[in-house]
Amino acid sequence: MIEHLIPILAVTLAAATPLVFAGLGELVTEKSGVINLGVEGMMLIGAVAGFAGALQWGVFGGLICGALGGMLASLPFAFLTLSLGTNQSATGLALTIFGIGLSAFIGQFFVSQGLPGLQPLRIPLLASIPFLGPILFTQTFVVYLSWLAFAIVAWVLARTRWGLILRAVGESPDAAHAIGYPVIRIRYLATLFGGAMSGIGGAYLSTVYTPLWVQNMTAGRGWIAVALVVFATWKPGRLMFGAYLFGGMTILQLHAQGLGIALPSQLLAAVPYVATILVLVLISRDRKLLQQNLPASLGKPFISN
Amino acid sequence: MQLLETRPNPSRVMRWAAPALAILLTLLAAALIFAMLGKPPLNAFHVFFIEPLETANGWSELALKAAPLILIAQGLALGFRARVYNIGAEGQLLMGAVFASGVAIWTDGIESAWILPAMVIAGAVGGGLWGALPALLRTRFRAQETLTTLMLTYVATYFLSWLVSGPWRDPGGSNFPQSILFSDSAMFAPIFEGLRINSSIWITVVAVPLFWLFVSRSFAAYQIAVGGEAAAAARYAGFSAERTVWLSLVVSGAAAGIAGAAEAAGPVGQLTLSLSPGYGYAAIIVAWVGRLHPVGIVLAGLLMALIYLGGESAQVSMQLPAAISWLFQGMLLFFLLGADTFVDYRLKRRRVETAAARGANGA
Repeated sequence: MIEHLIPILAVTLAAATPLVFAGLGELVTEKSGVINLGVEGMMLIGAVAGFAGALQWGVFGGLICGALGGMLASLPFAFLTLSLGTNQSATGLALTIFGIGLSAFIGQFFVSQGLPGLQPLRIPLLASIPFLGPILFTQTFVVYLSWLAFAIVAWVLARTRWGLILRAVGESPDAAHAIGYPVIRIRYLATLFGGAMSGIGGAYLSTVYTPLWVQNMTAGRGWIAVALVVFATWKPGRLMFGAYLFGGMTILQLHAQGLGIALPSQLLAAVPYVATILVLVLISRDRKLLQQNLPASLGKPFISN
Repeated sequence: MQLLETRPNPSRVMRWAAPALAILLTLLAAALIFAMLGKPPLNAFHVFFIEPLETANGWSELALKAAPLILIAQGLALGFRARVYNIGAEGQLLMGAVFASGVAIWTDGIESAWILPAMVIAGAVGGGLWGALPALLRTRFRAQETLTTLMLTYVATYFLSWLVSGPWRDPGGSNFPQSILFSDSAMFAPIFEGLRINSSIWITVVAVPLFWLFVSRSFAAYQIAVGGEAAAAARYAGFSAERTVWLSLVVSGAAAGIAGAAEAAGPVGQLTLSLSPGYGYAAIIVAWVGRLHPVGIVLAGLLMALIYLGGESAQVSMQLPAAISWLFQGMLLFFLLGADTFVDYRLKRRRVETAAARGANGA
């Protein structure tokens, strides 16, 4: 059984990595009081930009292109919601639709092209730890990068002045504005950061995980990332846990036979989405838990006259 | 960074000029894209917006696409007015198609005038149930309907995919994931010989005035509107917020479900994976562009249908991917949301500020 488990858990980490990047980005955006439902669209634009970049400059260049693509994609959203004060839900939805279209449009040039993929990077010593070594330390460098991103986000949010300012802007923009913090500028930065992280998540999908460009290849992962932030009650540690849980579910259909699950693959493929709903229900029914953690100004435009 | 100041009164002109402005800006952006691709924009516009309407078949296709868009958007607009954001109409459409197809498959070989009405009702039930589920989750557990309706769309997609590749797969269909072709009693009859337009469009034709009556005359719709505009006032008046959520989601789900039934029993003629080209998502934009107003939605639905047709004709004659219509849809919604800001706000006048700054420099 353990021999079966090691590859499955290792693949779970790889499958969860796009959720880690996109989820951490959305978490930071939401901490500033902005809810961006365009994650799916930004991931797709990141995926296609990343694929184009990786064809030229390899995977690392691809990830950077993905980050830039996602960031650019978040710019119209940021301008509309922050400078013009539009409805954040509707604008995020527009971004998703726009992203599906734009990525398919650009992606037509890359259909049927392939990338060589990426060799895992064995970390000496750590990789030889029994059981954990082959799972945790025989991954591609992008997975390690996602852990670094987690460490930085968690540290900045909890331990630094920046994190404090970000939270202040999300909790009480009027007070933050009165003290003299540039609320709109901080929200711009948080939104662009979210876009960049979504872009990296998408680029990882198209350059490392698949590695191919396929139209609509994110298949709802962007929406799951948004739901994960709620599941995590805006805490980075819980977000990681949620991402790996859902990463495991997305590969369930591939390993069902090995695990002795006799359900049709289409129904297994629906499991992560059903689980997302269940998790949302479990979290949302607990009014206290949500109210203690929800950034108080989430979704409300800030316009100072 | 603040560009805006509140208008003393919301601008009535902007409220209706905003969609026109958004369409204009989308066209400009489209022209820019076409030019960048080395396609003369005027030529491309001809392909996109004129060519599809040069034949009778084109008009038939326009009506065929506009009918489901308008029907779904009417339902969605009801909820949007109450700020209940059902963005999973695509899933409700698919479940409507699944339920209707179930009737068609079980009654295959029987000839009866009751099959088609039963399919439409089954479609309404399927879509309505798929809308009732998020309503239950929202009212009972306060789970956000934006995410739940969308997740349920993915569930519906995979459920349909399982049905057509498993229990409902056409045994004579050489393993393609699709159901049997429906018999004539389970299909809407074509209105004109040789064209795809069929009698299902009468459903939309009847639904539009009904929605209009409901929105403008009924007390329930008034409660919904008050709930959206001023939640506190609605509570004070004793209007039930829960009932609004239920009504919005079930009605919009049922409308989408009927549209799904009409797709399966109309142009498609069977249950397949590619049943809807994203009508459920496009209808969200139709509702918004149509100002959530029954008549506005009709106009917006026709425009959106034209964008779909244009996308198809651009695919054929300019080798552009059909997804370009998604690109234009997204831009349209972007521009509309931006333009809508100027209903309540206007650009800050800078003149006074500059004069003051000059005075300060001079001193």
